Amino acid sequence: MFPPHDAPSISPSVPCVRMEGISKRFALVKANDCVDFSVHAGEIHALVGENGAGKSTLMRILYGMYRADSGRILIKEKPIEIRSPAGAISLGIGMVHQHFMLIPPLSVAENVVLGSEPVSAGFVLDRKGARERITELSQKFGLAVEPDALVERLSVGAQQRVEIVKILFRGAELLILDEPTAVLTPQETEALFAVLRKLKEQGKTIIFITHKLSEVMEVSDRVTVMRRGKVVGVLNTRETSTEELATLMVGRKVLLEVEKGPAAAGKVVLELSNVFALGASKVHKLNGISLSVSSGEILGIAGVEGNGQTELVEVITGLRKPTSGVVRLLDRDITSLSPREILKLGVGHIPEDRQKRGMISGFSVAENLILGSHFNPPYAGRLWLERQSVLENARNVLDRFDIRPQAPQLPAGSLSGGNQQKLVVARELSRNPVLLVASQPTRGVDIGAIEFIHRSLIKQRDRGCAILLVSADLSEILSLSDRIAVIYAGRIAGTIDAGKADEKELGMMMTGVL
Amino acid sequence: MARKLIGAIAVPIIAIAASVAAGAVFIAAIGQSPALVYGMLLKGTFGNFYGVGQVLFKATPLIFTGLAVALAFKAGLFNIGAEGQLYIGAFAVAWVGFSFPSLPGFALVPLCILAGAAGGALWGAIPGYLKAKFGAHEVINTIMLNFIAMALTGYLVTYVYFVPETVHTQRIATQAQIPRLEQFWPAFRGSPVNVSFFLALGIAVAVYLFLQKTKFGFELRAMGLNPSAAEYGGIGLGSGVITAMTLSGALSGLVGVDFVMGYKHYYEGGFSSGIGFMGIAVALLGRNHPLGVVLAALLFGALSYGGLVINAIVPKELVDILQAIVILVVIAGTNVFGKLALSLRRGSQWIG
Repeated sequence: MFPPHDAPSISPSVPCVRMEGISKRFALVKANDCVDFSVHAGEIHALVGENGAGKSTLMRILYGMYRADSGRILIKEKPIEIRSPAGAISLGIGMVHQHFMLIPPLSVAENVVLGSEPVSAGFVLDRKGARERITELSQKFGLAVEPDALVERLSVGAQQRVEIVKILFRGAELLILDEPTAVLTPQETEALFAVLRKLKEQGKTIIFITHKLSEVMEVSDRVTVMRRGKVVGVLNTRETSTEELATLMVGRKVLLEVEKGPAAAGKVVLELSNVFALGASKVHKLNGISLSVSSGEILGIAGVEGNGQTELVEVITGLRKPTSGVVRLLDRDITSLSPREILKLGVGHIPEDRQKRGMISGFSVAENLILGSHFNPPYAGRLWLERQSVLENARNVLDRFDIRPQAPQLPAGSLSGGNQQKLVVARELSRNPVLLVASQPTRGVDIGAIEFIHRSLIKQRDRGCAILLVSADLSEILSLSDRIAVIYAGRIAGTIDAGKADEKELGMMMTGVL
Repeated sequence: MARKLIGAIAVPIIAIAASVAAGAVFIAAIGQSPALVYGMLLKGTFGNFYGVGQVLFKATPLIFTGLAVALAFKAGLFNIGAEGQLYIGAFAVAWVGFSFPSLPGFALVPLCILAGAAGGALWGAIPGYLKAKFGAHEVINTIMLNFIAMALTGYLVTYVYFVPETVHTQRIATQAQIPRLEQFWPAFRGSPVNVSFFLALGIAVAVYLFLQKTKFGFELRAMGLNPSAAEYGGIGLGSGVITAMTLSGALSGLVGVDFVMGYKHYYEGGFSSGIGFMGIAVALLGRNHPLGVVLAALLFGALSYGGLVINAIVPKELVDILQAIVILVVIAGTNVFGKLALSLRRGSQWIG
């Protein structure tokens, strides 16, 4: 790769966008507190910080979605006002949001032109012209998109490419990507980075919001670090390290490596033998899977997403019934038990998608913390919920797991993403399960919370809990697991001791080569 | 807390204000004075005891059906079948009322009430079961069951249990009849409002306690807000759907207590003329909260009786306009149809 072409902080080159003294307050929170931020033309600039540090707010101000309370924005050293996203687009600023703004039943081309439809003869939609421009853009920047495909049929990675094409179609020179990798598999992330490099080569400027520091190191030229609404550092990527960035972000030293002693594996807790199960689309996603987890050990399931991980977790927790095979918990056949019966046997489950499965955003924090044990004492008698013990449990757990704000009555949906995930983890761990099924336990969570969740999992293991860990993040699997099983096409391709694991070998097993 | 309350009542208040304003335009357009008409409406409904009695009388069945729809809503279900459920419930009340004339009042009255609840419950349980078992959407099935209920009760009252030359059944036993309020407060004289109004209020409190304070209510609300998470939390969606629809149907069926035991003392074919459907509007305006439902039922009751009061100077259809605008604004403000469309699209996906 080319060396980052930018110089130290006293730069001779003119910043392409500069934000000066930006402040923005929401009710009680100062989301941005006198922030100075600048991007140079033709660079990939990473904007990092924990959840709630004010990154997205700052970018939404730049994109015209919010108005700053004070401060000003300069483009090429000329002060300008951005009143709306339309205004930002006309200035060549485009943004790809974390949640895509696409219309699923429409085609790629229709989505791309939406809002800036090219017309011929004054009013006829110029489909052919649109398709040609899209093909041209996708070739120029290596963005593989099929103009006539329906968006609802596309993978998440492909939908993201459509979003990028859409803003390029509108003439964006500066692209803002809000946590673009949060929803991607490792392979898709690699592909996205290739696109970003291509965009940079062609002279586009990119702001890349993230909290994954390995990505910052891999793809960016410069980094701005934010903490609690303020900028705490602007660095050249070449001259920094993940440790330094992590310390800046969190405000204290962070252990990126998990400290753990050797496992003291006891008796077998979970055992699957030759389990087959259908996926959502009625094709077999589990094809004779067998594995076992003992008390006091963490078995990591490594694999490319979509190889049966979701179905595996659902079969164990009773949410999906296998078509054949047996699931045993402590020598008891639980294959045909209901989710509630399995919960009652002491199985905890951190689901892969907290929004969809893990919590009820319209429920209060306290109500969410009893979901799954709400039918048992001390939270409920035969009929009534015990309000006092529900609240007491909430106060207790919020304090122990440091979930903020510590307000049991608040709707869970109003917590930040990281705190929502901590809520789910806290609920499952506070049950003291005999088996914990943890699926993507740190997805979309910032570094401070990741460290906390990892330590909590190790603590549970040392207490004697059997843990099945499913993660798309190979480094998470490697650092936490005692044994690693690789899942491929609904089967276990092999199991290895974590001490002997080698990333290359795992990668080959994950893709079915080995 | 205060903010939550404001959030909950803002839309209904705006809706009512908008309908009053729009109604004024219509009144002026036909050459009448809005102040005069609204004054008359207020005076005729809340200005004297007879008017209040009529309002309470009109509101009573709406409280039952409004609660029925609201309870189903809370569980994420659209019960469009309150109309059919109340016909079956009311017929069951009458049948028990005239079939066991030898039973004493203290046994027959509760029996009749239970029969009404059971009839409605049965009619609600059917679409609940169909959804739980086959994933058939409850909107379609409850609508279809409305027609079946009307045809069934129509058949019974025409060919089986009828008094010649009428479309009603014989009278229920005297001891099964419940008193009108005028028997305690002569000021209500002439109004058929009866003690089932207090039953309705009591049921509203019970529904509130059930939803907010019991573990079963917790489960239904969880299911309504996020079925996937509810399932994850060990809540059986199939049994939840059946429970919610059964309870919802039971609430609708209680309309029979008011109409048969408190008002006509017999079952009459086609007596409801849309109380079940009006329950949907009541639940919407009341934001699916039992207290809101009671208030909304009182408003719709007042409009419904008020139409007759102002009929002397403006067509009584004016109140239909007022009601329609209230409903439109509430729907616009709460995105009910977006939710319905989503639920229809997802249809059977989350069950089976």
